[in-house]
Amino acid sequence: MQRNRNLIILCIVLVAGLAAPLATGASDPGFYIEVFLGGLMSGVLYSLVALGFVLIYKASGVFNFAQGAMVLFAALSVARMAEVMPLWLATLLAVAIMVAMAFIIERLVLRPLVNQDPVVLLMATLGVTYFLNGFGQAVWGSDVYEIHLGIAREPVMILQSVFQGGILINKDDVAAAAAAVVLVILLALFFQKTKTGRALRAVADDHLAAQSIGIPLNRIWVIVWALAGVVALVAGVIWGAKLGVQFSVSQVALKALPVVILGGFTSIPGAILGGLIIGVGEKMAEVFLGPVMVRVFDLAGGGIENWFAYVLALVFLLVLPEGLFGEKHIDRV
Amino acid sequence: MLYRENGQFKTSYRQDQQMLPILQDRIFMGLLLLFVFVVAPFIFSDYLFLAILIPFLILSLAALGLNLLVGYCGQISLGHAAFMSVGAYAAYNLALRVPQLNFLVVLILAGLIAALVGLLFGIPSLRIRGLYLAVATLAAQFFIDWTFARVKWFTDYAPSGSVSTATIDIFGWTVDTPVRKYLFLLAVVTVFALVAKNLVRGHMGRAWMAMRDMDVAAEVIGIRPVYAKLTAFGVSSFYVGVAGALWGFVYLGAWEPLAFDITLSLNLLFMIIIGGMGSILGSFFGAFFMVALPIVLNHLPGWLGIPMSTAMVANLEAMIFGSLIVFFLIVEPQGLARLWAIGKEKLRLWPFPH
Repeated sequence: MQRNRNLIILCIVLVAGLAAPLATGASDPGFYIEVFLGGLMSGVLYSLVALGFVLIYKASGVFNFAQGAMVLFAALSVARMAEVMPLWLATLLAVAIMVAMAFIIERLVLRPLVNQDPVVLLMATLGVTYFLNGFGQAVWGSDVYEIHLGIAREPVMILQSVFQGGILINKDDVAAAAAAVVLVILLALFFQKTKTGRALRAVADDHLAAQSIGIPLNRIWVIVWALAGVVALVAGVIWGAKLGVQFSVSQVALKALPVVILGGFTSIPGAILGGLIIGVGEKMAEVFLGPVMVRVFDLAGGGIENWFAYVLALVFLLVLPEGLFGEKHIDRV
Repeated sequence: MLYRENGQFKTSYRQDQQMLPILQDRIFMGLLLLFVFVVAPFIFSDYLFLAILIPFLILSLAALGLNLLVGYCGQISLGHAAFMSVGAYAAYNLALRVPQLNFLVVLILAGLIAALVGLLFGIPSLRIRGLYLAVATLAAQFFIDWTFARVKWFTDYAPSGSVSTATIDIFGWTVDTPVRKYLFLLAVVTVFALVAKNLVRGHMGRAWMAMRDMDVAAEVIGIRPVYAKLTAFGVSSFYVGVAGALWGFVYLGAWEPLAFDITLSLNLLFMIIIGGMGSILGSFFGAFFMVALPIVLNHLPGWLGIPMSTAMVANLEAMIFGSLIVFFLIVEPQGLARLWAIGKEKLRLWPFPH
């Protein structure tokens, strides 16, 4: 009951916050929807990164801080290899690289640290983050690179009859969102319909029970890290095509942390919904709340999207520690 | 042969509880202090002070502060650079707005302000722990970063957002040359390390360690979690705040908000992992390692005669750091401090095998 009440209050506050700019007439509906769609777009990217987190966390209990670094590494690989070969071949090779990386990480990092405290594993992935960032830039270079997907980037005007001025959307954004949806559907099918997927779900449910009925844990970890690598690859390519591949990609991917808190550490739908909420929320906050704050507090510029996601996650933690869809468990703290 | 403790009998509780129970340790510590306070200022070059010793001393203090929280109380924090920046900006504003204050007072007040902010962001630790707490402290990091970058009052309406400090003057003694800076920092760090060492041996430190090892059991034997966790956050932020003020005033002199970003937070965490979690000595080892390694790596290609660009060196540095962290976590989770302890054990037996 307590939980439901908290959830309802939180939802009301969120919706009220979202509706405020429209209700107070601070923006016209067309612009409002544009901002909303822009937020959804970055939300899709956050969701993809968070998805990688959740996959690994469910299967091995490791909180993978290196997911952002994996996104950067994958994007760099694709961008640099696509300079000398067709994009599809570069992507395939990058997939192979990510799988190989999963093998190496499992063998050199996870296996020696098995049964350690979760915080120790978190720090180990911090080490992996540093290594991957350094390695990626040492091998592929540290400039800004572009990925050309071959989709026209000019914006399209839609719904001109409904709103004054219409709504601008980018074709490549739509393609990216579609790619993300396809990826999620493929993952869902893989988890529900294949034998490996079933094994993955079994391991996620209960390590020991899964092991006792003969599921090889080490191989499952490799598979799950490889999957997370592929998800990182997709996120990296979409991101790189939109904003260019550069070091900041791995920093922005830190935002996936509040996303998984919002959605719950163990829930794939939660990761997706959480990503969308954070994406829309911070864009809205930046565009509509930012100027108000600048005026009221006399700030030197907005930029509240830098911390909005984290503070939102903090609020969630205090009210709903297990997130929207996470498993409920009681800890004595 | 020299390092053995037979014949040193403890005949009173006082002797039993002293900080350095072995005579040779006391002699070593005395010689070390004599060396760093009296001999070192005369024989080391300015470059050594500015490039290694000054950042080393300040970062040791910061790592020490973080170690009190992470190593002793078991509460992870990814936002400690933000508390450093609170200390730095608090000291800046105090020195700017109340110029008649002595710098030592400014330092203490800056630490206290940082402690207050640390307490505030430590409150979530009463309800959450582990990974969740890590994200809560990340919120502190990004929010505080943003606050100092955007709220103009904190930077005295400087158009670029960067601030610069005046020279430090303590009772007419100006801290301006590298040697003087070094001596000043050394004195501060020595006092703080001594306090920390005794803090963790006392009631408060034991409460922290009990909380780290098993919180439920600690509660059962009568340790209040609220008290233990919040004091850990407060004391830790105090140390880190003082370190931040020193970093700004003594080392940087002028800085912008980016000086205290998340990279510094992660670096502090690496220092205590490599140096040794839950060890005062380890904080110093870790800080030295993190300061010295980039310098060695920068010079190494030149010494070996391999031409290498600075970007490449930076990347190699990241790779080596990353590998070392994983290596230490796997091979020696208690860090360099543990290696030191093993060395001492071996020395007690040497040269006889038993």
